[in-house]
Amino acid sequence: METITSIKPLLAVLVSLLITPLLISSKAPNVRETWTFVAAAVKFLIVLSMLPTVLKGTEIVYTIAEVVPGVAIKFRVDALGMLFALVASSLWIITSAYSIGYMRGLKEHSQTRYFCFFALALSATIGVAFSANLLTLYLFYEMLSFATYPLVTHHQDREARSSGRKYLLYIVGTSIGLVLPAMLISYNLTGTLEFGKQGFLAGAGASKPLIGLLLVMLVFGFAKAAIMPLHSWLPAAMVAPTPVSALLHAVAVVKVGVFSVVRVLTGVFGTDLLLSFNFGTAIILVASVTILVGSFVALSQDGLKRLLAFSTIAQLSYIVLGVGLLSPKGMTGGMVHIAMHAFGKITLFFCAGAIFVATGKKNISEMVGIGRRMPVTMTAFFIASLSIIGMPPCGGFISKWYLVLGSLEAHQMPVLFVLLTSSLLNAAYFMPFVYKAFFCVPKEAMFENTVQEAPPFCVVPLVITALISIVLLFYPQPFLRLASMMVQGITGV
Amino acid sequence: MSHNYPALIVVVPLLSALVISVAGWVNKRLCFPIAFAALAVAAYSSVGLLFRVLDEGVIVYKLGGWDPPMGIAYYVDHLNGLVLTVVSVVALLNLIASKKSIEEEFPEKTGPFYTLYILMVTGLLGIVVTGDAFNLYVLLEIAALTGYGLLAMGEERAPLASLNYLYMGTIGACFYLLGVGYLYIVTGSLNMVDIAGILPSLYQSKAVLAAFIICMVGVWLKMAFFPLHAWLPNAYTYAPSAASSLIAPLVTKVMIYVMIRLILTVFTPEFSFNVLAVSDAIVWLAVIAVVMGAILALAERNNLKKMLTYIIVAEVGYMVGGAWLGNRTGMTGAILHIVNDALMTLCVFLVVGNIVYKVKGAGFDDLKGLFRKMPFTMGAFVVGAISMIGVPPTCGFFSKWYLISGAIQAGHYGFMVALLFSSLVNVVLFFRVFEICYYEPFSDHHGHGHDHHPEPMDEAPLSMLVPLYVVGAILVLVGLYTGDIVDQIIQFAIPKGLV
Repeated sequence: METITSIKPLLAVLVSLLITPLLISSKAPNVRETWTFVAAAVKFLIVLSMLPTVLKGTEIVYTIAEVVPGVAIKFRVDALGMLFALVASSLWIITSAYSIGYMRGLKEHSQTRYFCFFALALSATIGVAFSANLLTLYLFYEMLSFATYPLVTHHQDREARSSGRKYLLYIVGTSIGLVLPAMLISYNLTGTLEFGKQGFLAGAGASKPLIGLLLVMLVFGFAKAAIMPLHSWLPAAMVAPTPVSALLHAVAVVKVGVFSVVRVLTGVFGTDLLLSFNFGTAIILVASVTILVGSFVALSQDGLKRLLAFSTIAQLSYIVLGVGLLSPKGMTGGMVHIAMHAFGKITLFFCAGAIFVATGKKNISEMVGIGRRMPVTMTAFFIASLSIIGMPPCGGFISKWYLVLGSLEAHQMPVLFVLLTSSLLNAAYFMPFVYKAFFCVPKEAMFENTVQEAPPFCVVPLVITALISIVLLFYPQPFLRLASMMVQGITGV
Repeated sequence: MSHNYPALIVVVPLLSALVISVAGWVNKRLCFPIAFAALAVAAYSSVGLLFRVLDEGVIVYKLGGWDPPMGIAYYVDHLNGLVLTVVSVVALLNLIASKKSIEEEFPEKTGPFYTLYILMVTGLLGIVVTGDAFNLYVLLEIAALTGYGLLAMGEERAPLASLNYLYMGTIGACFYLLGVGYLYIVTGSLNMVDIAGILPSLYQSKAVLAAFIICMVGVWLKMAFFPLHAWLPNAYTYAPSAASSLIAPLVTKVMIYVMIRLILTVFTPEFSFNVLAVSDAIVWLAVIAVVMGAILALAERNNLKKMLTYIIVAEVGYMVGGAWLGNRTGMTGAILHIVNDALMTLCVFLVVGNIVYKVKGAGFDDLKGLFRKMPFTMGAFVVGAISMIGVPPTCGFFSKWYLISGAIQAGHYGFMVALLFSSLVNVVLFFRVFEICYYEPFSDHHGHGHDHHPEPMDEAPLSMLVPLYVVGAILVLVGLYTGDIVDQIIQFAIPKGLV
């Protein structure tokens, strides 16, 4: 594998960090938002400029400082990191536009603080994507935890406080309590923390119980992945303003969690080691339970955002499940699901926010007939929910297809059953709502029959992301290419 | 000039202290510049000395040209070169940051305050630079006596708390002196290097054992090692801001330095870790100290400053435990943590200083709405807190890294668990404070907050904020340069024999 040294990964991380003083000192909101857009665009372009290099099979590295012997704060842009960074940085642009519509539409307070911490959170996200070793990943993971706290608790009321506590307890509690010791034990076993093609623990000659213990600590330690039983911070964090929920809790934060888990499984342990100790089945089991239970709980939710939260919990475990299959197709499916789910789920959150801005409604039971009042929003919702279910014409179909192929490849028939059941459950919690939104008898309708959408800043972004969800089925590149490159690097297939 | 650095470090502040006390009668405005100049010289010499040590190795300076063991010699190696730099820089930064609060709190007594301040720093620098066990005691008392005075200048309860400290501190110093006496009886020398050369033939001697135990207990008392910590919280809490932000970061850390110096140079690692075979027990004591410090801090729900003092008690446990793990990694962690903890403690105590300056109190009730009122001070507080929790890239993470690594290598998982527990408790402690500053006072109407009662920003003056932000930046820089600090300095501070 060829590598070149370039400062670009560092720049991609720093762009949004460095604009925070500009955000704080901006007098007028329009100036402030301009800076946000500039930073988002620059960040996306930097990430994009590295794409051709990565697609050629070259990795880009940059070392900041060697902080402990053998471990540096270091970036490495590989296919998987590139995939995630592309998703996060492109969606930041769209979310910024949406944030303006939402925050101004609701006349929220402390908008400068909001945009600052949003920018910080994005820095941390890209940092996680480009981390070359576990220490760097941990650094940005923690940075993200603290940067998102003020976003989650934006409303600063009692409810926000208790949700904030839960958020910290789960996220920081596990990262300090589980990841940190696991990282130190691994370091003392091997003297390195660098992600390898087949994991750095592979050659350490550690016993099965120790590897198992480390696996448990690292998989559950990254609690942002919301694997059960460490999932309940996610519904609680839905007190946040909707753009936060959209970008952070459908894309950045939770994806950082699963991304870390994927990195741990492939780069720390390595698929061969997991196969030889037969740990794949355990991972599949945990992921399957999360998928099914998450979907069942989603069925019973009335709050639209809470429903989406449980749906997210279930969908995240698709990614873990895919990688846990340890077969090439399955891993490809899992990794590509990072992108597919992101575009679908962010659309759904945008829609929930748009409905809230336009009508002030949060519960599904109060939204009967909403499709007539907000047809564009609800059409986008319908498209995105198809993507989550995994039906054509949406991108979600591709990842599900690969997951199914992967489970056949790995001879895990029960996984097929899980995937099928989950799709049915997804349909069961989305479709009645969409149906009632459009096709209700006039008596039931809770809204007047006039079209009145949310502000354009809200609607345009959600239309764009819904369209991208469709486009991704017909043109799944570069995401699919990146995922298969990554898998090829790991398995050689 | 530069070969006189070791003497300058002590002599310049000592003489300036006298000048300040005279200048205080003439014109109070003269005090600060003199104090500043004295500490600037001390800081400059310390840094110069550290770089010389890096180039040339150990520097021996004979005071008055008298040869040891008769005369007093100053030894500067990588260990105290580093600690000297930290002590002088922290004292200098705190002096600049505290100027306003000193002048406000003691309009009449600025002269005496600065005199005591500089004398105290003289004592601390002297303790670190000296290579003579008895001379160390003398300087210990200089630092302690001035410290009692500084602490007693605080609020109503300060004199009583300081008196309590005086009793305990004096007992501690006496213990140390007694131990040195035993050593003198058996070796006939007071020079540390000299003693270390004579001791190996006396390892089995009961007197040496007694000397060791008595010295250690004395030093532990002075560093507030649980359960000998009881004097510390009140003494630091009721002290004036400027005094507590000098004493809290430095005194306990300098005493840790003394302990490490005793282990490494005077008694040698061979004796401390192998002959005595008490390391394991002491690490368990440290575990108790860390856990109890954390629990006591949790129990303190009224006063921010007092909460921070209990964190110091826990941090002392970190360093004692790390030093006694008996391996190189643990010792590296302990030495690194002297640097890092001094800086972190300075950061949070300067924040308290700013808050007290503006709000006139550091009770939890005084903190409401501070993120809005003093956003810049609170920003620095977040950096300090994150470092104390141990989040990279702040320096607190990296010393914790070495300490836990050392614990794993020594197979001492109790210490590892204690450190993790303390980190988690720190999250709770600091976020409990942040919650008050961030959420309260709760607005009356529920739901989406628009600007209900926008309290105007009321930030501390720039002369307090700039040093605070310098400290904040240092916290991150030291973290990023941990690799260099360990490779270039700390590695050489630990004898090769210790693996």
